[in-house]
Amino acid sequence: MGPLPMQAPSPGSSFTDFLDSMGAKPTLTLPAGEKAPLAPEGTTVLALRFEGGVVMAGDRRATEGNLVAHRRIRKVFPADKYSAVSIAGVAGLAVEMVKLFQVELEHYEKIEGVRLSIEGQASFLARLVRGQLPMAFQGLVVVPLFAGFDEREGRGRLFSYDAVGGRYEEIDFGSTGSGSRLARSYMRTVYRDDLNADEAAEIAVSALVAASQEDTATGGPDLKRGIYPTVIRIGADGLEELDDSVIGPLAEQAVESIQ
Amino acid sequence: MTIPFYVAPEQLVRDKAEFARKGIARGRSIIAVDYANGVLLVAENPSKALHKISEVYDRIAFAGVGKYNEFETLRKAGIRQADLMGYLYSREDVTAMGLATAFAQTLGAIFTREPKPFEVEVLIVEISEGGDEHRLYRVTYDGTLYDERNFVAIGGKAEQLTEALQELWKPTMTLERALEVATDVFRRAEGREIEGWEAGVLDSSNGRRTFRRLSPDELPVG
Repeated sequence: MGPLPMQAPSPGSSFTDFLDSMGAKPTLTLPAGEKAPLAPEGTTVLALRFEGGVVMAGDRRATEGNLVAHRRIRKVFPADKYSAVSIAGVAGLAVEMVKLFQVELEHYEKIEGVRLSIEGQASFLARLVRGQLPMAFQGLVVVPLFAGFDEREGRGRLFSYDAVGGRYEEIDFGSTGSGSRLARSYMRTVYRDDLNADEAAEIAVSALVAASQEDTATGGPDLKRGIYPTVIRIGADGLEELDDSVIGPLAEQAVESIQ
Repeated sequence: MTIPFYVAPEQLVRDKAEFARKGIARGRSIIAVDYANGVLLVAENPSKALHKISEVYDRIAFAGVGKYNEFETLRKAGIRQADLMGYLYSREDVTAMGLATAFAQTLGAIFTREPKPFEVEVLIVEISEGGDEHRLYRVTYDGTLYDERNFVAIGGKAEQLTEALQELWKPTMTLERALEVATDVFRRAEGREIEGWEAGVLDSSNGRRTFRRLSPDELPVG
């Protein structure tokens, strides 16, 4: 390890800017070519608000064209103690974006002594997505979904994005990925304002199952292999990732109720 | 043309060292002590807003005495270095030894090259995975690196604090007991009322990020 980096770019609390100033930020440029559609080609991730928080969930399948590339990939990640991010799009770039986002939040908290606000986190994520724009035009799209518990306002909040870094706060539920429209249709039929945390988790799993029925790039629960969706619940007491022993029965129930 | 004065290098180093030591002696002190679950860091600090103790990485904490803006610059640079290493390689590749060397290198370079040395002394503390062999590194204003065991003190009253610690420190204390010992040690070494406490722990029961700042109601009064 060399001497300490005593000079920091301004603002000094951003890890991403620091990485950039060191010439260590991953930047890729592609040759100009055909324009590709600005939408992810696989995945369903979703989030919905309940009274006192927000639930986020995602399927586990990664595809390469019409093939299943991975069965157990993770698309929903904790961001900090009160927030989570999930991703749809090109897996390699998306996972890297989440990693940078996580380090950025922790870095800010350590440097400044306080956590970045939920609003601030959502804005920063928009910046990361926008930085990806030249790649998106070449078809390498990453579209996240962001949710967290806003301690200042005392409620769960949820943001969806588009490929150019547009950020949209959702008041009830949101979804992204190739199966997102199916998941949203399902959630629209059953969503209520007064859901509790358990009901929200049940709806999240059912919506994923509904999406997996129509969208081949969304993996349904694999009961035989024991592969279940990832579900994260965030409330006033922080973030909790639900255990397979909780998600398993919800998934079985959702699969059984398919007509 | 003016002819620059010749100053012997010995004289220059002595003067700089004396200047830095005087600056540090004016400031209040910090101690770090091992206890059953980790390491406790305690500082005398009248301010509730300006911290001397801080989280650096999952199992690593930083503490600094002396001039606030100088150790704050070092603290931030340390966090940057740690996060950069962890991001480029892996979280487990960030070690207190690596960071302490970087602090030593930086302080050493400032001491020899800059007209005014940093008036600071810093601690880099790391708790081990197994929970037994914690690392306590002390780096002085001139970049000298010391590897300490069980407890360490920095700042104006470091000598008196170390003497008191040699007498009062016991292995595998509870956090409550370690805090009592720490405050006793301060009162004994300073011989006056303490003007305010700041404390933090690296505790292996805290999950991945082991650092926790103790809240005001966990701290003793006066």
